Amino acid sequence: MDWRWDFTLDVVIPRLWEAAGVTVYATFASFLLALVGGLILMLLKTSKNRIVSIVVTEFIELIRATPLLVQIFFLFFLLPEVGITLPPLTSGIIAIALYNSTLCAEVYRAGLQAVPRGQWEAAMALNLSAYRTFRRIIIPQSLPPIVPALGNYLIAIFKETPLLSFVAVGEIMHASKLIGSEYYRFTEAVTIAGVFFLVMSLVSAQLVRLVETYLQRSIQR
Amino acid sequence: MAGRIVAVVALTAFLFGLSFATFSELRIFLPAMLRGAVVTLQVSMLAAALFVVMSFLAGIAKDSGLRPVRWLAIAYIEVFRGTSLLVQLFWLYFVLPEFGIVLSPMLAGVLGVGLNFGAYGAEVVRGAMLAVPKGQHEASVALNLSERASLFRIVIPQAVVVMIPGMTNLTIELIKATALVSAVTLVDITYASVQQNQLHYRTLEIFTITVMLYYCFAQFVRFGGSALEDRFSRHLRRGH
Repeated sequence: MDWRWDFTLDVVIPRLWEAAGVTVYATFASFLLALVGGLILMLLKTSKNRIVSIVVTEFIELIRATPLLVQIFFLFFLLPEVGITLPPLTSGIIAIALYNSTLCAEVYRAGLQAVPRGQWEAAMALNLSAYRTFRRIIIPQSLPPIVPALGNYLIAIFKETPLLSFVAVGEIMHASKLIGSEYYRFTEAVTIAGVFFLVMSLVSAQLVRLVETYLQRSIQR
Repeated sequence: MAGRIVAVVALTAFLFGLSFATFSELRIFLPAMLRGAVVTLQVSMLAAALFVVMSFLAGIAKDSGLRPVRWLAIAYIEVFRGTSLLVQLFWLYFVLPEFGIVLSPMLAGVLGVGLNFGAYGAEVVRGAMLAVPKGQHEASVALNLSERASLFRIVIPQAVVVMIPGMTNLTIELIKATALVSAVTLVDITYASVQQNQLHYRTLEIFTITVMLYYCFAQFVRFGGSALEDRFSRHLRRGH
């Protein structure tokens, strides 16, 4: 094995650093879209209209049972055929957001169900408005289970962004593939990319844990 | 059972689509896609076997009394959960040859997927082992069972019932994750459909078939999981 530090410092790290911006952008853009999408899916799934709720439930099942990579390819190839031309990064973000919004919908639902029925009934007995019931009673109690789960999905999305390299989005994995094929040296580029992901996900897992304990304490007060 | 009906409908729809495809112009891309599906199945089965073995090894080792064993398990779990599967596959296929270990694409794919999911499965196994009441282990000590007999005859059989749902979900995730093995030049169903799409430009048909195939695989695993759960929890219903 010959690890070359000059190559690592002069070529690999600067180029991966540039690409890291795309990775972070894709992560947060898909996460924010997934948060909103999950809320919409959850509301549609619990809709009183049976047809809407059945269709949405089956749609969620289908999305969850198929690989994200297939969905990324599907959108990437299908959208131009129906006349929508988007840059690969955008269609990739949409695919990741769609996939994760089905997961977020479950998180929201579980969080709301964790609030005991009596809380709703008590709020009604005290004649609170729907807005105040949600704002003061339901949401504060459902946040502790929801937030850590969403944090874990943020980390999961971060680790899913390398899939975008399949549709030539210039994120970290794509950059290290390019370095590998330009210089015919994969060792440094792929290892540094791996270390980057490992460090980032360990740090963010710790952050999620901190937020979790903070929320637990604030609810007990 | 709603899931069963959905799966039967999905399967019929798939077979319908298959026959439709055979008798029309779509037949040109079907053989290549079925070859891809076979590769996906092969990788999934081998990787699933490795996944189960690694889950048990790492899950049991993480609570081992021996420190080095415990640290090894923790290092394995953190490294394989902390980095992307795609990075791991690349590393196995392109970087390991630098150390003199050359893997075939199939072996790299199976190792990558199996080891990655083994790290997730280890936590499922560990959680299930912790769910077995402590008194069971204490009782087996009182009955003078050896440590091994206590683990294999008392704790694990009870833990298996608890871990089946989690392991079923992970197996479905594993099948989905095999879509990544095209990174190590394996032509699985996903990559085959990309290739066929570039040849024939029939995105909707090709990818609908791919999606239905993955959906069917997932439903079969779900049935297998609930059948196993029934089998392993039979004694619970007998009422003792």
